Amino acid sequence: MSSNKFRQMLLAGAALLIGAVPAPAAEAVLNIYNWNDYIDPDTVPAFEKATGIKVTYDLYDANETLEAKLSAGGSGYDIVVPSLFPFAARQIKGGFYQPLDKSKLKNYGHLDKGLLARMAAQDAGNAYLVPWMSGTVVIGYNVDKIKQILPNGPVDSLKMLFDPAVAAKLKDCGISIMDSPTEVFPPALLALGLNPDSKKADELKKAAALLMKVRPSVRRYDSAEYINALANGDICIAWGYSSDMQVAKHRAQEAGKGVNIAVVIPKEGALRYIDTVAIPKDAPHTEAALKFIDFIMQPEVIAKTSSKIYVMSGNADAKPFVTPEVANDPTIFPPPEVEKTIYTITGSDAATDRLRTRLWTEIKTGH
Amino acid sequence: MSAPIFSNAQTRGFGRFLAVAVPYGWFLVFFLAPFLIVAKISLSTAATAIPPYESLVSWADDGALVLTLHFNNYKLIFSDPVYLIAYASSLRNAAVTVIFTLLLGYPLAYFIASRSAKWRAPLLMLVMMPFWTSFLIRVYAWIGILKPNGVINSALLWLGVIDKPLDILNNQFAVYLGMVYAYLPFMVLPLYAHLEKLDWSLLEAAGDLGARPARVFREVTLPLSMPGIVAGSLLVFIPAVGEYIVPTLLGGPDTLTIGAALWNEFFSNHDWPVASTVAVALVVLLVGPLMALQNYQAKEEQKP
Repeated sequence: MSSNKFRQMLLAGAALLIGAVPAPAAEAVLNIYNWNDYIDPDTVPAFEKATGIKVTYDLYDANETLEAKLSAGGSGYDIVVPSLFPFAARQIKGGFYQPLDKSKLKNYGHLDKGLLARMAAQDAGNAYLVPWMSGTVVIGYNVDKIKQILPNGPVDSLKMLFDPAVAAKLKDCGISIMDSPTEVFPPALLALGLNPDSKKADELKKAAALLMKVRPSVRRYDSAEYINALANGDICIAWGYSSDMQVAKHRAQEAGKGVNIAVVIPKEGALRYIDTVAIPKDAPHTEAALKFIDFIMQPEVIAKTSSKIYVMSGNADAKPFVTPEVANDPTIFPPPEVEKTIYTITGSDAATDRLRTRLWTEIKTGH
Repeated sequence: MSAPIFSNAQTRGFGRFLAVAVPYGWFLVFFLAPFLIVAKISLSTAATAIPPYESLVSWADDGALVLTLHFNNYKLIFSDPVYLIAYASSLRNAAVTVIFTLLLGYPLAYFIASRSAKWRAPLLMLVMMPFWTSFLIRVYAWIGILKPNGVINSALLWLGVIDKPLDILNNQFAVYLGMVYAYLPFMVLPLYAHLEKLDWSLLEAAGDLGARPARVFREVTLPLSMPGIVAGSLLVFIPAVGEYIVPTLLGGPDTLTIGAALWNEFFSNHDWPVASTVAVALVVLLVGPLMALQNYQAKEEQKP
């Protein structure tokens, strides 16, 4: 919690106690709540300079954290960045967001039409969301260590992690898998030749049975530490976000300890995640929020973030401004034949969520 | 001479009222009210909305006020063994933590209490010093110490004691180690407070009457410091049951605690009612030890 947020809480507490309501602040401000390491450090200062709006920028590291804050209401944030599936999709249904006034978004035309079409399945008419960044859930591995253990290993396949026999060979070298059922059930279903977006209880149970067989070979289920663990050589293969894998790869290069990380989109297909920008329904500064969205939709602005965090932005016209190293990386901007294999998942009902979480607990703990 | 504004009796009455009202007010505002809110949510059902659960009270079509209480959540946490297993392993973690903090904390507290007054303050300060750093940072430091290429493994490998890193992180051992480390001061401070008040002349008298040191300790020191042992144990046990951070960061994937079960319900299932149910059950579970503490303290105060 930033000290600013803490002060707000103290003030709110004090106001409750003495029955007073603080007067609304007169100066133009904007409260942004975004993922950690998810923006170019120059973007916010440039926006403040261009508009005179003072930005408070807070961070979270999981969709669940954001959802919990928004669920309670009165979060005070004007801009949030939820992942589309399944979070923003159900949050729209729950009335968390306000429709965007597109007449104030003059840069809207730069957005990626393909992504907008994918998003429209969950956000009819793209009323509430604009895309921020989009990546895939992939394999990252330590090239030299894997070559040593499995010289002819199926490195371009889900088999590396979702075939119990292959995973067993990599056990001692260190396997890390994201601690998030929504990112792990789809590839397990796909490895079994089933629909990765399946909501059928028996198919989810089959996927769980497969994951249970892989379980003895997994060192850690975790969604954040694997970046450094991979870069340091503590583990040799991980299942996680493509952008995180890229960060691990670059950190390993900077460290110069000879750790060489490869990022692979499995040939069976990969889950595309789309992180979106939305304005909460009770946002105190809607006008400033719209100005910020319009500001970041300028291709040359969003391209900086894209280059910085090695991920594709939701802005089709930004690609020419992205550094060549990122623009030419097929795992970041997949060629059309790879893009065809990339799938998205849809929201599920509470019973399916509960089943998936329960199976996940069983996979991890054996109970 | 002007008359006093309050008579003596009046002031005493007001003082007495304050002395009673403050702790009860504290209890009401910081324990009972939040607990009732959580208990209320536990009787609701989840919804995708703000707030993410249904209201217990609604208006029916005929204008009747309807109160709907769902007890399904309680049925759920008793029908699925995972919750009971989580409670059991949280209780086990807390019990092991109490035993080891006591074994380490008692000699430490005794050592500090038996020093001259000049030394006690700095020694006590050393016990409390870790609190100056964020708890989270201290737990992260243990990751750095225990990990495969961390401090311990690197040193042992370099010395040639082992040829393969020891598996000492992300397992139950690391959880116990982290929890004992984290809760040790909570054991040492109440123990010290009681040992410091100990009348050392009683120990001398026992020695003069022919008791060996072991017997002096068993029959004099230990009974006299019992209130400190009880206070320290409960002070460690109660927060340790709900401990979330240490098992999450240092534990392995099979570490199942009530804190993790709560997290799953609250965040993964976005089911606040079930999360509240788990929390209510935890409070009920802890009421026993809390009452025991209360009882013991009341008895101690009545002793002459």
